[in-house]
Amino acid sequence: MSNMQLKNPILRWIEYRLPIFSFLDDSLGSNYPAPKNLNYWWNFGSLAGIALVLQIVTGIVLAMHYVPHVDYAFDSVERIMREVNYGWFLRYLHANGAALFFLVVYVHVFRGLYYGSYKYPREILWWLGIVIMVLMMATAFMGYVLPWGQMSYWAATVITNLFTALPWVGVNITEWLWGGFTVGNPTLNRFFSLHYVLPFAIVGVVFLHLWALHQHKSNNPLGIDIKGPQDTIPFHPYYTYKDLAGLGVFLLVLAAFVFYSPNYMGHPDNYIPANPLQTPAHIVPEWYFLPFYAILRAIPSKLGGVIAMAASIFVLFLLPWIDTSRVRSTKFRPVYRYFFWFLVIDVIVLGIVGAKPPEGIWILVGRLATLYYFVHFIIIMPFVGWFERPLPVPDSIHKPVLVSAGAAAVEAQR
Amino acid sequence: MTSAEHGHGGEMPRRDFLMVATGTVAVVGAAAAVWPLVDSMNPASDTLALASTEVDLAPIAEGQSITVQWRGKPVFVRYRTADEIKQARDIDATTLPDPKRDEERAQNPKWLVLVGVCTHLGCIPLGQRSAEPRGDFGGWFCPCHGSHYDTSGRIRKGPAPENLQVPAYTFLNDTKIRIG
Ligand code: HEM
Ligand code: FES
Repeated sequence: MSNMQLKNPILRWIEYRLPIFSFLDDSLGSNYPAPKNLNYWWNFGSLAGIALVLQIVTGIVLAMHYVPHVDYAFDSVERIMREVNYGWFLRYLHANGAALFFLVVYVHVFRGLYYGSYKYPREILWWLGIVIMVLMMATAFMGYVLPWGQMSYWAATVITNLFTALPWVGVNITEWLWGGFTVGNPTLNRFFSLHYVLPFAIVGVVFLHLWALHQHKSNNPLGIDIKGPQDTIPFHPYYTYKDLAGLGVFLLVLAAFVFYSPNYMGHPDNYIPANPLQTPAHIVPEWYFLPFYAILRAIPSKLGGVIAMAASIFVLFLLPWIDTSRVRSTKFRPVYRYFFWFLVIDVIVLGIVGAKPPEGIWILVGRLATLYYFVHFIIIMPFVGWFERPLPVPDSIHKPVLVSAGAAAVEAQR
Repeated sequence: MTSAEHGHGGEMPRRDFLMVATGTVAVVGAAAAVWPLVDSMNPASDTLALASTEVDLAPIAEGQSITVQWRGKPVFVRYRTADEIKQARDIDATTLPDPKRDEERAQNPKWLVLVGVCTHLGCIPLGQRSAEPRGDFGGWFCPCHGSHYDTSGRIRKGPAPENLQVPAYTFLNDTKIRIG
């Protein structure tokens, strides 16, 4: 417990009855010790939290104007765009905010991959993060269906049809998801219900995620444990202000999209009302699903594609055992360092393939990139961890900090 | 010692039994209470009731197709040309990915009735209008992930696992069918 000295008598009165100020101070205040060497890649966790709040706030206001019925949904969204005061602003914030939320979370995940943040003792912390990512995907998918444009309708059709690939019960499960024989009004209604509630489930999992984080504290770029107070600085004011600086950059990027190119990441077809009798010539998911979509299409069998796509996420749960390396941080891994960047490139290639029609060379590229994705996790990771000889790892966090600070001071005196 | 143990041993299994029995009843009860929640998401009675559609065949010319809606899905009704029927029947059906003879799929060789939903992931194949691509086998072509169907609506190439479904239908007379 924090031995907080509150000067304000009202706050002291509250603290005595509900120790909320010391709780906050212990959780993200001056009494929460964080490694002193965190770099900017550690900004993305708090950014993700803020992006979640932004989605919830804009979403609740949008829901005041949105009508979840097949005959009104499209028109109600157009009404939000044209008639509701600042409706365009809210909707563009929500749509572009969702895309940037994914960007932030993907960077956050690759940060964890690079610095070995999934390794002992942070396995559960990592799993909870993957659970959040999967819930986000479900939420964003259902949100995308709500405007009931052509892309909404056909995304809903293609994705729910993935379940028909399951043997025996596939069709039953799919009709259960639809509440009918096709995507229709019952589907739209339940998607709205779930799209409203799942973000709050995400908030719940975020709490567990932070709870697990606070148990062993943040990992850090060196990937070594905190040995004592000399290795840490208080979260507030150091990281609160650093996170605020990151937030400023995030908001600039968001504003650039919302005000200058709000439909850049969208598809024009979604401004055509849903037509159950006509599939658009080229259906593509939102960019943040493209790598998974490419994996789905790479396997020339319906069930196989679905299994591969599910496996591409499931494999992340197994990382704590797949990675046999003795050190956490890739900084000290002379061989794996290259493979990490190959994986990043591979995922980007998968994203490009996912956006292309499945013809000609793209089929081959998609298959090779899918193969490499799994080879990375199933073969390269365990094998490299086993034979690679890591570089010498510093004894403590403060040592290299002091040493490089000393070197910089010497440099400055020259 | 043994008698004291025995005395306790007589009590404990009884308590264990009560615990297990209570727990079982609670789990079964909770599962039974969850079922209505789950089942409420299945198609409702009024959705199930919209189960049949009648189609007048008279206005359809040879070589022409129309699309009607049945249970919210498109149904393709095609008046096949002699050439298309020949193509559909002259092939050894056992070599196909989903081996079905055309005779099993068309009650009257002239009329082909199909659910117009790609058996891959549910897109609507092209080929109903004369300007649309009809794929490598002259039937329908699904643009979503490239499935080719022949003039009997059978899958010939691409990721779709099955032939286009033939819905249950009956000829009410020579120029009228009821689907469903
Ligand atoms: C994890 C958080 C969330 C994500 C990732 C998310 C994502 C999305 C996406 C991608 C869309 C489609 C935007 C478009 O193209 O028009 C959407 C629409 C919508 N969302 Fe969310 N959302 C989130 C939270 C919420 C919450 C908490 C609510 C309500 C309480 C909400 C209400 C709505 C409404 C009413 C729409 C339809 C209007 C529109 O299309 O803009 N969202 N959401
Ligand atoms: S939905 Fe027709 S090929 Fe995939």
